[in-house]
Amino acid sequence: MSVKLGLIGAVAIAAASMSPAQGDTIKVGIIGTMSGPYALFGQNFKYGIGAWVAEHGSKVGDHQVEFIYRDEESPNPAKSKALAQELIVKDKVQYLAGLYFTPDAMAVAPLLEEAKVPMVVMNAATSAIVEKSPYIVRTSFTMWQNTVPAAKVARAGGARKVAIAVSDYGPGIDAETAFKKTFEAEGGSVAEAIRMPLNTTDFSPIMQRIKDSGADMIFTFLPAGPPTLGFVKAYIDNGLKASGVKLLSTGDVVTEPDLPNIGDSGLGILSTYHYAVSHDSPENKAFLADMAKVGAKPDEITMASVAAYDGARLIYKMIEATNGQKDPEKALAAVKGMNWVSPRGPVSIDPATRHIRQNVYLREVAKQDGKLLNKELQTFDAQPDWGLAKD
Amino acid sequence: MLRTSLSIGLDAISYGMVLFIISIGLSIMMGLMRVVNLAHGAFSMIGGYLASFALKSAGLGYPLAIALAVLGTIVIALPIEFLLYRRIYRKSDELTQLLLTIGIAFVIIGVANYLMGPTTKSIPLPAMLSGPVDLGFRMIPAHRLFAVACGVCTAGLLWLLIDRTGFGIRLRAAVDNGDMAEALGIKTQILFSATFALAVGLAAFGGVVGAELLPIEPFYALRYMVVFLVVVSVGGAGSIPGAVAASILLGLADTTGKYLAPEYGEFFFYLAVILVVFLFPNGLLGRKH
Repeated sequence: MSVKLGLIGAVAIAAASMSPAQGDTIKVGIIGTMSGPYALFGQNFKYGIGAWVAEHGSKVGDHQVEFIYRDEESPNPAKSKALAQELIVKDKVQYLAGLYFTPDAMAVAPLLEEAKVPMVVMNAATSAIVEKSPYIVRTSFTMWQNTVPAAKVARAGGARKVAIAVSDYGPGIDAETAFKKTFEAEGGSVAEAIRMPLNTTDFSPIMQRIKDSGADMIFTFLPAGPPTLGFVKAYIDNGLKASGVKLLSTGDVVTEPDLPNIGDSGLGILSTYHYAVSHDSPENKAFLADMAKVGAKPDEITMASVAAYDGARLIYKMIEATNGQKDPEKALAAVKGMNWVSPRGPVSIDPATRHIRQNVYLREVAKQDGKLLNKELQTFDAQPDWGLAKD
Repeated sequence: MLRTSLSIGLDAISYGMVLFIISIGLSIMMGLMRVVNLAHGAFSMIGGYLASFALKSAGLGYPLAIALAVLGTIVIALPIEFLLYRRIYRKSDELTQLLLTIGIAFVIIGVANYLMGPTTKSIPLPAMLSGPVDLGFRMIPAHRLFAVACGVCTAGLLWLLIDRTGFGIRLRAAVDNGDMAEALGIKTQILFSATFALAVGLAAFGGVVGAELLPIEPFYALRYMVVFLVVVSVGGAGSIPGAVAASILLGLADTTGKYLAPEYGEFFFYLAVILVVFLFPNGLLGRKH
């Protein structure tokens, strides 16, 4: 009996999906890390877009908007390219978005002009991505954007000799270059620049090396994930914190989901970043309320959800500007120079680079009502992507 | 200079001991039961999750949490042994073993991701073991000294168990000639189940003690598997002194490399592996099979 019912159900669903669409449906393909070690960030894409839809509905004018999710899993350019091709050819998406990893975004970029599909990058943080196609716009951040203020903070805080330790891959090298250039221009010196392999688990020897270099501050970048915890713990447990060596990082190292694991010994760690979940503004409060509505737990929210939320805003704007027609030039023109107040603060799309201009905040790990958070101390207004800004 | 060498040596031994505790269970499985258990890391991970749960949600103390993690992992693993592993002991071909055990690892990863979420779960240390200890010439995390102590105890107790007890004698008999042992009245099936439980228990213990270096998250199960397998093949499957020697040697290669030339990554680690395997094809202290 139940088998029969199931069959009827399946036939009904198949029939429904084959019948011509009512009105028209604009499809948006999202490529993100839905499974695997970085699944948290794919989830955040989904939550962020869900929060936008919960707030603004699933229609733009008469056009129904449908988001189709695909799983990029890991840095896997070949797979991401295949997924993008499938979305464009088979699902006939009008927009692409998402992309957690730089190599994946780079692999998709060459397809866009030919297919006339604009792409909103919601994470991948290497500066050069936006230069790979005129149809790319980015709502996340770049390493340069977050690192240049860090170097200024370090110098202003009295650091003279810094040890830089970064993960040995594209964004890590971006961070190292950006920090070194800015810090030396401000009159500081770099005692040691260490590139750590991505799969490092034991950071003790690196801490020992930094200690021997006589640096008074460490600047670090590691991609958010399990190793960041090991790095911070090694810093504390090898006595560097106790002996007065300061730790400064980009916010990736102290993401909110990791803070409870770092624990109270992390208090006082400094970082520069474009979004803190604790950011105090009415926009952020509304955003967090919408996030809760779509099922995001408070300790799972990261910067990727805000980038996705703002990315969905751009997609809606592009659909509105083109009235649902496939016209990438017009769509891009509509978002260039666009400005609004995001949950992270006031932002705008730089018309020249198509990258988001935003405030970068200096934050400190602090405890409030028994909960660890990144407390904002200082604001650097409207930072461009320093890696692209010509000087 | 002396100070630096001492300091590197200390880091190497403590890292090596963590590798040893986790890998020795795998070594026993491979050496004594001829099973290449790719799900070994998954059992370490289960141990870590249980300890994290016991400490953070159930509010138990650290020693109790370790006991719960070890016993709990064995309880979870025994039905899997009964249904699946029992079929691949000793005689089955390697491909079947690999496919089955990696399948088990994937299932455990999926379940862990579903139940516990993709984020890292910490195992809070008691006050006595957290923070740095001043050794005069350098500071070292107290927890690392604890890991070294655990490693030394584990090695000693295992050696006693396998070399000096009736259980060990019967086990080695069953390994060397299963049919003959069976004919002499040794219940090999029970022996193998007990050894499996021992291996899984050691995996869980290592997962908890090593969590500071290898943090617990769903992909733990495969992320570090290569390192564990390397320790076993360099040391020689089934040999306890071999596993100790391999762990310390590899710990030393890795730590020295990272200290002196971090940009070379794992170069020195794998260079050591290649040299050892080239000079000793059966591992440092392995037996020919």
